[in-house]
Amino acid sequence: MQKPILEVDGLKKYFDIKGGPIGRKVGEVKAVDDVSFTVMEGEILGIVGESGCGKSTTGKSILRLIEPTEGKVKFQDQDITSLTNSEMRRLRKDMQIIFQDPYASLNPRHTVEKIISEPLLVHGMTSAKQRLDRVGELLEVVGLSPYHAKRYPHQFSGGQRQRVGIARALANNPKLVICDEPVSALDVSIQSQILNLMEKLRDEFNLTYIFIAHDLSVVKHISDRIGVMYLGRMVELTEKNKLYDNPKHPYTQALLSAVPLPDPDMPRNRVILKGDVPSPANPPSGCAFHTKCPQAMDICKEVRPAFQPVEDNHFVACHLYK
Amino acid sequence: MAEIVLELKELHTHFFTESGEIPAVNGVSIKVHKGEVVGIVGESGSGKSVTSLSVMKLIPSPPGKIVSGEMNFKGENLVNASEKRMKKLRGNEISMIFQEPMTSLNPLFTIGNQLIEAIRLHQKITKKEARKKAVDMLQLVGIPRADEVAGEYPHQLSGGMRQRVMIAMAMSCDPELLIADEPTTALDVTIQAQILDLMRNLNKEEDTAILLITHDLGVVAEICDRVVVMYAGQIVEEGTTREILKDPEHPYTQGLIKSLPNMHEREQQLYSIPGVVPKPKMNSVGCHFAPRCEFAFERCFQENPGLYALGNQRQSRCFLHEDTEGKVKKHAKADIGS
Repeated sequence: MQKPILEVDGLKKYFDIKGGPIGRKVGEVKAVDDVSFTVMEGEILGIVGESGCGKSTTGKSILRLIEPTEGKVKFQDQDITSLTNSEMRRLRKDMQIIFQDPYASLNPRHTVEKIISEPLLVHGMTSAKQRLDRVGELLEVVGLSPYHAKRYPHQFSGGQRQRVGIARALANNPKLVICDEPVSALDVSIQSQILNLMEKLRDEFNLTYIFIAHDLSVVKHISDRIGVMYLGRMVELTEKNKLYDNPKHPYTQALLSAVPLPDPDMPRNRVILKGDVPSPANPPSGCAFHTKCPQAMDICKEVRPAFQPVEDNHFVACHLYK
Repeated sequence: MAEIVLELKELHTHFFTESGEIPAVNGVSIKVHKGEVVGIVGESGSGKSVTSLSVMKLIPSPPGKIVSGEMNFKGENLVNASEKRMKKLRGNEISMIFQEPMTSLNPLFTIGNQLIEAIRLHQKITKKEARKKAVDMLQLVGIPRADEVAGEYPHQLSGGMRQRVMIAMAMSCDPELLIADEPTTALDVTIQAQILDLMRNLNKEEDTAILLITHDLGVVAEICDRVVVMYAGQIVEEGTTREILKDPEHPYTQGLIKSLPNMHEREQQLYSIPGVVPKPKMNSVGCHFAPRCEFAFERCFQENPGLYALGNQRQSRCFLHEDTEGKVKKHAKADIGS
């Protein structure tokens, strides 16, 4: 049986809203509001949701790139929320992140060699020769060539830059990689190259991914289990096929039906949601989705539904399933 | 067949930069009929946006210039039209929706003001009537509390609402042609579904022709009647939505469709087209797609194929269509599943 590599329990991240002449706190944005899940070793957990649902904040809070407000994050049975900064830095060797924008996440004034070797240096590889060899090796792993090491990011295309970003993340043989929208900025034909590469690397290096994306078909393709987020909360979490064949939460149902499919013959029974997503600064009471939910009941306005299993391995936060 | 609203003939829009001339649009011919939704699909750098900006004559010049070709809008060649004439047409008979609803509204004016300006520029009506029309338009595109929203500023609205305002503005003068450049790319899927639904209704009710530029084949399947696939400044394939998605002829289109992750099946590995999208170059020899094409043979590297007509408005730019008799032969069919 696999064991969990990461356990997130009751993670919360509130951002203060400052206002007034002296910048007092006037409110909070509940970017992540009580999210719990576990990630098994070697698994790819997808997290989907629309913009502003808190999926990226969740990813960054796990790495403590954003300090979580509350909650526990256990990585390999060690609670990392209480670690000091230097302990955390040592641990980040095992936990890496790939960012969305391959144009913004690489320093334009550094060569690729410097970009990839920096994490090596930080984590104690002091020999320049060794670092150079490792950079060449990593570039080959991600489908580039060692001679690319002397180049600058602007000399690469978007797909190639994302490969550099992946090479940097893999430099220290991490165990867990958080991928924050890694293919969203890429063209379709390049996107599939990167997805294939990521799957190959997972098998080769026995990695665990948390794959954050808004594109449901991409997440479906790569993930083993998928969590759906809405307004800072996890509303449904289950195995990929269960989620797509039998979505339980009304939000998941609407989200899945809204995806345009490149097939003119697919039946379209679309659930079109009315109105906009409410602001996370002022989320609706009870279930956050009740304002847009086609099946809302009275209880939904008052009581926040618990995130609980309704079937084996199928967690849903909805009053319809009790 | 319905009358032709827009006809592009061998349009060439080139950019003259320090590093040389770039043929961003390299001989593109497209017909759009009344009430029809035509999609232009391509990856970044394929020239789809430049094509649409050319029609509006919004290409920044210099460096850009329409070098040759014709753009007939209801029989009038826009290539020679004066700026004064274009100002009359833009927003009135041809409207455009841009990708970024955030940046295409002026943050300093209220929504109502911006709509009224657009309406009064083209129609001789009083401010009061214009305001009434503006509110009507906002209601038409499904904005709740339209009367209040007209008095609000763009930053008070969400992305989906702003895009609705843009559509309201574009539709306010009953255009004959609506050019939508990636109208839903910056939006979330559930909001995208709302906007596509809205555009489909406007197309049905007002009989507006729509030229939709997108990179998303899913959006194409939702709304387009006909599709033009562009690659490196040229059209590589054209056909009805069904033909393009179900029975693609050009190796690029086939690869593009195969490389999409499928929601309903799991394949172990995604098909991927090797290499990267090339930049258009002057005097390039051979088929632009040849270096990435798995079917490429010697001839592909020596001359650029023309478009082979494969039936009614169905064409594909590939030598594989040439048989010994010069007649069309089909490729190994892409297995895109369903």
